[in-house]
Amino acid sequence: MSRLYDFHGGIHPPQHKDAATGSPIQALPLPPLLHIALAQSVGNAARPTVAVGQHVRKGETLAEPDGRLSAAVHAPTSGTITAIGPHPFAHPSGLPVDTLTLQPDGLDEWQPRQPLDWQQADGTALRKHLQAMGVVGLGGAAFPTHLKLAAGQLATLVVNGAECEPFISCDDLLMRERATSIVDGIRIAAHALQAGEVLIGIEDNKPQAIAAMQAACAGTAYRVVSIPTKYPSGGAKQLIRILTGIEVPHGTRATDLGVQCLNVGTLYAIARAVLHGEPLLSRIVTVTGAVTRAANYEVAIGTPLAWLLQQAGISDPGTDVIMGGPMMGITLPDLAAGLPKAGNCLIAKSAALFPPRPAEQACIRCGDCASACPAELQPMDLFWFAKSRQFGKAQERHLFDCIECGACSYVCPSQIPLVDYYRFAKSEIWTAERDKKNATLARQRHEFRQFRIERDKSEKAARIAARAAEQAAKLATQAATPVAASTAAASGMDDAKKAAIAAALARAAAQKEAKPLSEQHTSGLDDAKQAAIQAAMARAAARKAAAEAAKAGDAANPDRAATATPAQTGMDDAKRAAIEAAMARAAARKAAAQSAQADNTAAANPDSAATATTSQTGIDDAKRAAIEAAMARAAARKAAAAEAKKDAAP
Amino acid sequence: MSIHATHIARPVTVSRVMLKVLAALLPGIAVSAYCFGPGVLLQLLLATVTALGAEAAVLRLRQRPVTPALADLSAVVTAWLLALSMPPLGAWWMIVLATLFAIVLGKQVYGGLGHNPFNPAMVGFAVMIVSFPAQMAAWGTPLTTLDAAAQLQWIVTHTLPAGSNLDAISSATPLDVLKTGLLQGGQTAGQLLQQPRFGHWGNAGGEWVALAWALGGLWLWQQKLIPWRTPLAMLAGVLAVSLPLWLWQPAHYASPLFHLLNGATLLAAGFIVTDPVSGSTTPLGRLIFGFLVGVLMVVIRVFGGFPDAVAFAVLIMNMAVPFIDQTTQPRVFGRKGGRHA
Repeated sequence: MSRLYDFHGGIHPPQHKDAATGSPIQALPLPPLLHIALAQSVGNAARPTVAVGQHVRKGETLAEPDGRLSAAVHAPTSGTITAIGPHPFAHPSGLPVDTLTLQPDGLDEWQPRQPLDWQQADGTALRKHLQAMGVVGLGGAAFPTHLKLAAGQLATLVVNGAECEPFISCDDLLMRERATSIVDGIRIAAHALQAGEVLIGIEDNKPQAIAAMQAACAGTAYRVVSIPTKYPSGGAKQLIRILTGIEVPHGTRATDLGVQCLNVGTLYAIARAVLHGEPLLSRIVTVTGAVTRAANYEVAIGTPLAWLLQQAGISDPGTDVIMGGPMMGITLPDLAAGLPKAGNCLIAKSAALFPPRPAEQACIRCGDCASACPAELQPMDLFWFAKSRQFGKAQERHLFDCIECGACSYVCPSQIPLVDYYRFAKSEIWTAERDKKNATLARQRHEFRQFRIERDKSEKAARIAARAAEQAAKLATQAATPVAASTAAASGMDDAKKAAIAAALARAAAQKEAKPLSEQHTSGLDDAKQAAIQAAMARAAARKAAAEAAKAGDAANPDRAATATPAQTGMDDAKRAAIEAAMARAAARKAAAQSAQADNTAAANPDSAATATTSQTGIDDAKRAAIEAAMARAAARKAAAAEAKKDAAP
Repeated sequence: MSIHATHIARPVTVSRVMLKVLAALLPGIAVSAYCFGPGVLLQLLLATVTALGAEAAVLRLRQRPVTPALADLSAVVTAWLLALSMPPLGAWWMIVLATLFAIVLGKQVYGGLGHNPFNPAMVGFAVMIVSFPAQMAAWGTPLTTLDAAAQLQWIVTHTLPAGSNLDAISSATPLDVLKTGLLQGGQTAGQLLQQPRFGHWGNAGGEWVALAWALGGLWLWQQKLIPWRTPLAMLAGVLAVSLPLWLWQPAHYASPLFHLLNGATLLAAGFIVTDPVSGSTTPLGRLIFGFLVGVLMVVIRVFGGFPDAVAFAVLIMNMAVPFIDQTTQPRVFGRKGGRHA
């Protein structure tokens, strides 16, 4: 009825699923202690709401979600919180994380459960309920489920029962035994997503699961689709491709293309949470490999992994254990960790099942990896770029489209752990990007500081120059002798002109500095705050420069300041300042000529002429202007004295 | 040990791949030894010893582990391909020299296995055919009357037992005969090909060896060790040039069948253009690479100065591989255009 699509590449590793599928789901007694990590999902760790020593009942919230990308954590059984603090965690880093330790009291006493009337509840209420119930993706990614149910008017809901990794069979057993509840979960999810159709993809190596799901779906429009067994058909993007033909590119959300993918275990958890008010307290875990009782166990979240492996009869407690599948799973650094919600499978490694990999050899570019790559990358090229640290080229060749499924590593005849190289390249790129961002920020801060220092300096210079000019002009008008007045005015005017030029220069420099800052912002800083700061800086600089120019203009022509100020404040223009300075100069010259005419003896006065010359050839220095003004003052006094003497002498 | 690595791997190693390539050469070697005498076996032995010795010496100089590199058998594959491309009764120093060039200058100077831009065996062959064209063109006479001992004596000492003459053991290759004959004029290709030297389909003895190479290549393909694209594209390239020429002027140009069964065409299709290290790796790139090797090979054979041209065609196309690969990047999952700027 429905057409199946294929995806490129893929591999067929030995299945090794039979060891754990021979028996039904096994119940376990409660462990002596539960170690429930606060970080149970992608996103923020939950915030604890209980205290050490507090008694909690089964299903009670121990920690509440911290923000949207977070889910609540609950007590898997009744008991006492004995510790809250760092504890080993099932993560490749081996770093301990904040963990609640719960000592079960053996009563397994529930708190009152509150189911949700999902047919009446709107989407928001359902999502809130699921977040409060701590439901996260159980396929391995542990993405908070409430966020996946946010879309509406979805064309297709894809249900992931592919379970393509070798050894893992927890979804298989869940479908065999609890298909009805899974279908209840599908009903709720399809309702929330307003899904047009529901396609349930199950690999054809699970005929019993397919039959059970088909039986449970009888009478519904949901279609169970048997898909060819090929790793990694259980990857969300691969399964969507197989069932719908849609390819979800890297960086695009499936919901944007009208598809959403949910794992069967997650749907089961949704059904329990909604229909029964049961938070996510336990999950099915495949325990297999070098254990005597390989099976699927229903395990409380937080159950110490070492204890779980003991229950399954691990032959040697020192054995390395993989959590997840052999393709994408991690070797657990510490078995004291409690079972996380994402923990779908534990494999005790035996030498027979996992012979040590032969030594890495040179890549011979055979291209087997490219044939196996479901993302249709050229892994041998990415390997080459990663190894030679040409990360830019690796990114150009779509390194980040790699889903790290490990198919390339599996087929490589040179035994190169290719995915390790890609992870290395990715983390190097992330680090470099972070460093670059920090460096840009630091550079911007530095440049702003430089700008500020320069601005303060030029402002100060302009202020001093303006004050000196003002003083000189005042003195000139106050001078008793017209000769002295003219001289003083001439020197004062010249200094004012210089001040105006200095102000214009400072303004130009300020503009120049403000410009690169705003350019940096456009050249790719993703920080709105930064942009706002820069805009404000530029604005401030412009305003300051305008004020400076106006001030300089005023200073250059104290006589006309009153009329000039209103007209000029808006026109911060170097040319204008220059014109004004020239006008001031002309006025000064005119005044000098007038005073010379009035008293021709003053014109012959060598002292005052020398002073004027000096002031005209002098450098633009505020200090100098002040000195000159003082000298002009002295000359004026001297001239006045000489005049008095001359008058008195005859 | 990496915590996050893929925990399982296909039980395949480079050594096993190379071993299978060597196995795939065995039928051709057997037919060759039957048709041209056991000289070829001595050539193989000389090449193997020289290759391993040269590889070990360079690795020692480079201060790299010797044993794993020798155990990957890639040097032996190079040696065998070279020995099988050279005249079976060539003098011992020829194969030794060719192998030294192949391993040292064709492979190790670039950094050893996986790093050589050129097919090492073809580097060795090209050096020899440029330097010693006459000796390289003298092939063994098919189904010679010369016994094994005499053949070996000839290879090693370049002397013959009393009563034998050189013509009994060595004659020009069909490619050479045809080329020379056509250049001299007077005879059409058809008339020339009547000579016994050309056998049923253009190469007495050699045609059976060529078919044995094809058999080996098919087995490698069946074992998924070589892709189908490169060899088929190469044969298509051979046809694309030889067929129109032959249809146009059959008197002047040899048939496509002649080109397929002569020289190293089928050896190249199965074992040389399929060398992954120096060949293209993208699906489209493999087609382009193979096709142009076939085209160049016939063009150089027909219009060029050398009777056989596999080595030149392969080396020229090896140079083009980075460009081909870069411009033929396949589409990435979910992306409309797989090519990138």
